[in-house]
Amino acid sequence: MKTDDLVMLLATGNGPVERHAAARRYTGAIGLGVVAASLLMVNLLGVRADLAEAIRLPMFWVKFGFVACLTVASLLAALRLSRPGARLDWVPSAFAAPVLIMWVLAAFVLANAEPAQRAELLLGATWAVCPFLIAMLSGPMFVAVLWAMQGLAPTRLRLAGTAAGLLSGTFGALVYCLHCPELEAPFIGSWYLLGMLIPAVTGALLGPRILRW
Amino acid sequence: MNTSEERLRNLLIRGLDDEAPAYHAFLMELSAHLRAFFRKRLARLPDEVEDLVQESLLAIHNQRHTYDASQPLTAWVHAIAKYKLVDLLRRRASRELLTDPLDDETDFFSSADSEAAEARRDLGKLLDRLPDRQRLPIVHTKLEGLSVTETARLTGMSESAVKVGVHRGLKALAALIRGES
Repeated sequence: MKTDDLVMLLATGNGPVERHAAARRYTGAIGLGVVAASLLMVNLLGVRADLAEAIRLPMFWVKFGFVACLTVASLLAALRLSRPGARLDWVPSAFAAPVLIMWVLAAFVLANAEPAQRAELLLGATWAVCPFLIAMLSGPMFVAVLWAMQGLAPTRLRLAGTAAGLLSGTFGALVYCLHCPELEAPFIGSWYLLGMLIPAVTGALLGPRILRW
Repeated sequence: MNTSEERLRNLLIRGLDDEAPAYHAFLMELSAHLRAFFRKRLARLPDEVEDLVQESLLAIHNQRHTYDASQPLTAWVHAIAKYKLVDLLRRRASRELLTDPLDDETDFFSSADSEAAEARRDLGKLLDRLPDRQRLPIVHTKLEGLSVTETARLTGMSESAVKVGVHRGLKALAALIRGES
């Protein structure tokens, strides 16, 4: 087939193109992922019994806000990486800034604590399960976001896979906040972050293989 | 802003609104830019150029819903062309074959080459390998110029199945290209 014939073929018989394709796909994937993560959390883990009291503590909202900022940054990164030629610009800094702030806060808390308390501040009661539970909650959304990305056109596949993983990981952590009893900055700055990084690393590994087009 | 960018952007936006002549003009002009871009960078693989032009045109068509009108067209097209070129080189495992740097997107529309070489890969033959539910909608609506309604009547498929068949068929064609080279 000659190139001119291919051009003719491609230009013939199309309807108008789908509008807001990225927004639609991501809305679907995120909606599905949040519902799935919430169902998993409620049925397998349970909402923390003292949630009504916990939401009156400033630290609950610091934690929730921290994760929410990372969610927004990941969403922006995923949207940009789904479109050829869109630049990331300041988006990686928007992800790094809340992490750095949380680490500064954590360092401050640890520095001011009695040496004997430091281990508890860092490990809480749930450090051994927290990252895995966050990763588990993010599982369905991880699949859904990769599906959304496959229908678009990522050109930097490893980065795109990472962003897909971070997006699902941060949403998983957001839902996990409603179950998790931990509120100390050193805990959040390490185990929450690790939980979000599990799907991110998985995405970085899978991206180049499954996002090709 | 250079004039090629403006004109091509305008053609594409009208094309996305289902204005076929504008879309045709966009793809024609774009294929010349793609050809010049690849020819310059693949001087050691001249036989691959036309195949890559065709593969990129198909990719741009299949992925046209990802163009955002607020974005410079140069950046979008350059990113796709670069992606397809890198993908080809990876398949050939030979990045040294590259004869010109890849990253300068600003001059994408500054060169054009309308002398098409013969493509080595025959997309018509690849098209024949698609299943009927994808091949027939493409043949009728895109090669013979029938409407979706006429195609549906002719094939006994529903209208939405015809549309889905075209869409999936062109994606499958792109996948066949990736798989065979």
